Amino acid sequence: MAWTTRNGVYVALIVLIAFNLVATRGFATVDNARLQLVQVVPVAIIALGMAVVIGTRGIDLSVGSVMAISSALLALYLGYGAVVAIAVALVGGLLVGLVNGVLIARFGIQPIVATLALLVGGRGLALVIANGRLTEIFDPTLGIIGSARVGGVPLVVLVAVAIAVVVAVLITRTTFGRYVVAIGGNPEASALAGVPVRRVILGAYVLCAVLAAVAGIIQTARLSAADPSFVGNLIELSAITAVVVGGTPLSGGRVRILGTLAGALLMQLIGATLISHNLPDSATRMVQALIILAAVFVQRDRALS
Amino acid sequence: MTAPVAVLEVQDIVKRFAGVAALDGVSLALQGGEVHALVGENGAGKSTLIKILTGVHQPDAGSIRYQGEPVAFDRPLDAQAAGISTIYQEINLVPLLSVARNLFLGHEPVNRLGLIDFGRMHRVAREILAGYGVHVDVRRPLRDLGLGVQQMVAIARAVSAEHRVVIMDEPTSSLEPREVERLLATIDRLRRDGVAVVYVSHRLDEVFRIADRVTVLRDGRRVHEGRIAEITRLELVSRMLGREVSEVARARTRFDARATDDAAPMVLEATGLERHHVLHDVSLDIRSGEVVGLAGLLGSGRSETARAIYGDGPLDGGRVSVGGVALARRSPATSIAAGIALIPEDRKVEGIVPSLSVRDNIVLAALPTMARAGFVSDGRLDGVVNTLIHRLGIKASSPRQPVGELSGGNQQKVLLARVLCMSPRVLLLDDPTRGVDVGAKAEIQALISELAQAGIGVLLISSELEEVVEGSDRVVVLRDGAVVGVLDPAEVSEDRVMALIAEAAADAAAAGQDGASPEGLPDPGERS
Repeated sequence: MAWTTRNGVYVALIVLIAFNLVATRGFATVDNARLQLVQVVPVAIIALGMAVVIGTRGIDLSVGSVMAISSALLALYLGYGAVVAIAVALVGGLLVGLVNGVLIARFGIQPIVATLALLVGGRGLALVIANGRLTEIFDPTLGIIGSARVGGVPLVVLVAVAIAVVVAVLITRTTFGRYVVAIGGNPEASALAGVPVRRVILGAYVLCAVLAAVAGIIQTARLSAADPSFVGNLIELSAITAVVVGGTPLSGGRVRILGTLAGALLMQLIGATLISHNLPDSATRMVQALIILAAVFVQRDRALS
Repeated sequence: MTAPVAVLEVQDIVKRFAGVAALDGVSLALQGGEVHALVGENGAGKSTLIKILTGVHQPDAGSIRYQGEPVAFDRPLDAQAAGISTIYQEINLVPLLSVARNLFLGHEPVNRLGLIDFGRMHRVAREILAGYGVHVDVRRPLRDLGLGVQQMVAIARAVSAEHRVVIMDEPTSSLEPREVERLLATIDRLRRDGVAVVYVSHRLDEVFRIADRVTVLRDGRRVHEGRIAEITRLELVSRMLGREVSEVARARTRFDARATDDAAPMVLEATGLERHHVLHDVSLDIRSGEVVGLAGLLGSGRSETARAIYGDGPLDGGRVSVGGVALARRSPATSIAAGIALIPEDRKVEGIVPSLSVRDNIVLAALPTMARAGFVSDGRLDGVVNTLIHRLGIKASSPRQPVGELSGGNQQKVLLARVLCMSPRVLLLDDPTRGVDVGAKAEIQALISELAQAGIGVLLISSELEEVVEGSDRVVVLRDGAVVGVLDPAEVSEDRVMALIAEAAADAAAAGQDGASPEGLPDPGERS
């Protein structure tokens, strides 16, 4: 693998931070660091699940809708207490993941089509659950999740770090993880080697959806509101971008956890940098597009060599 | 036959890919009203020749003459426009469009407004297809019809546009016997109409039934050309395989030291394997410590038999038992658990995972047994992996090197290491030395007999007859997906194998037969 593919995202991240330290007033503050980290958490968590799915040569477009569903369920079941509501929200995500996985692994529907269906339908379901309304939430437990700090570090950031560690162990140290990259690398060969291809693919989509539900819960807690029509909108694209920029090829066969986190952070900081230099949101999007193209271009080079 | 000007003639065609000659001075002359069979094993150059005839490839040297005039087809469209049409193995039509649309795709009849004249199109389509004995609703989507009818539509399409040459590449590979009959009748009709037909097929029965002339290619050269009536089946097979009929099998020093033990227990028994169109009542057994060769031409069901035993893909009937225990739910995973391991034919597509390391490729199939509660310890894997790398002499910079970077021979050794990791009782080796260099080939062959000596039962498939004959204790011969003979150690020779492959399947029964049954052959060399 070319050095640029492997390390490009870290170099870009370091350059960007260095630039900001010099050129952006108020960047090198604890408050700003906290803010950037907290803001990147939902995308980072979803990108971790997305990286696993992409590792199997798949894709999951439904993550934003899963966030909406989990957010709506959370609000709906809050009356039974925060713990029950969170559990229900996670189960909701799990079910969507099962549907994705069954459609793809069992019925052989292309991942992009199957999850596109749930991207559309899932958002609708979330609106039905929430009665189409934004619900404000006043719950002490969720309040703690949304704003508590441990040793100065926001709780949600610690949650994201813990998830990253778990996913990293899963990918590098378990048979499931080995199977994920084997399937992505060569599905036919994996099947002939006795790899339970369908079960592993199903597992990847369930994992991705559950992580999306976690992101939905965190987002809801932070905003103190469940807003199923907007929460998680277009987050699938940010997550895919983070994964690809982080060096996980869309063609599967490799999962890079640290790279994915760096990719998510990079996209976050680019947005923040442009905003703090008074460039409009439209400029941010165009810069993001350029970065995606650059990442894909670097990977193309690798494929040719 | 008085041969006037050939409709299509190529002379001394040379075509190289990356410096390797796929065709080396091949000539072919097609006469109108003649069916010309083109035969040869894998890699003989048949497809390259066809692609040159149809303008897909351009020859590096040599000339093409069409109706006496020198021509150069730069694109497939040029050849088509000139009147050469090709029917490929996979039907190249649009499944969702109607039968009539498919028939007229690209030259639809139009009315005065320039719109498609559906009325006329449907009427003419019905008339054309009726000429082929096909009566269907031409407005239905093509995919609703059977494969045989689809093939007919493809042929009708190919010849409805005034073509002078029709090339058919394995047209019967997916057809029912009844549909084959219809196809052969159609070819007969084309011949009467003066069309030149190139017929590519592995099925010798069909070749001998329909062809007037035959060209045999081997390793990119023409090794035979002549009237089909003037060559016997045995001669044809020997030309295809490149072995002399009279060539006596080499002194069989080979495995005599390991004379098989008739008392050794059966490790694998496969009975009555059946798969529509592919396998017909295939049975074979392997004793502990025995190498059983599986011989037959390409398309005879060699790989399919190995796959069926391994539990890959659907099966319409048959049983497989390992060590006397019948296997229930069939899948690669259950086969592995029962002790059956497979090295598939196509190393790159079905074998290695190129992006993964040597280590991860080796342990892939054995992971469930090497992991604890789903957790894998690299340290523990490394012990096993390093032993295997050392034992098989795999040349890699480290166990962490991606397998895609290794040479073909070393990739094949990685696959061998993968199956050894599973401590198998039965090894199914589908062309294990394909595309590896001479040195690695000898090492792999030595390893196979070493494994057999250790008590593993081996099923050996090879595209080289010599390798099967020299490396096996017994040889099972397949033709058209059926076992046509089993040669015991004393009888194994290239002559005997070729004779079995070439044997006419009771000519009288040839019409409509779908595979010879073993008991129908009066050959003394068969299994009792």
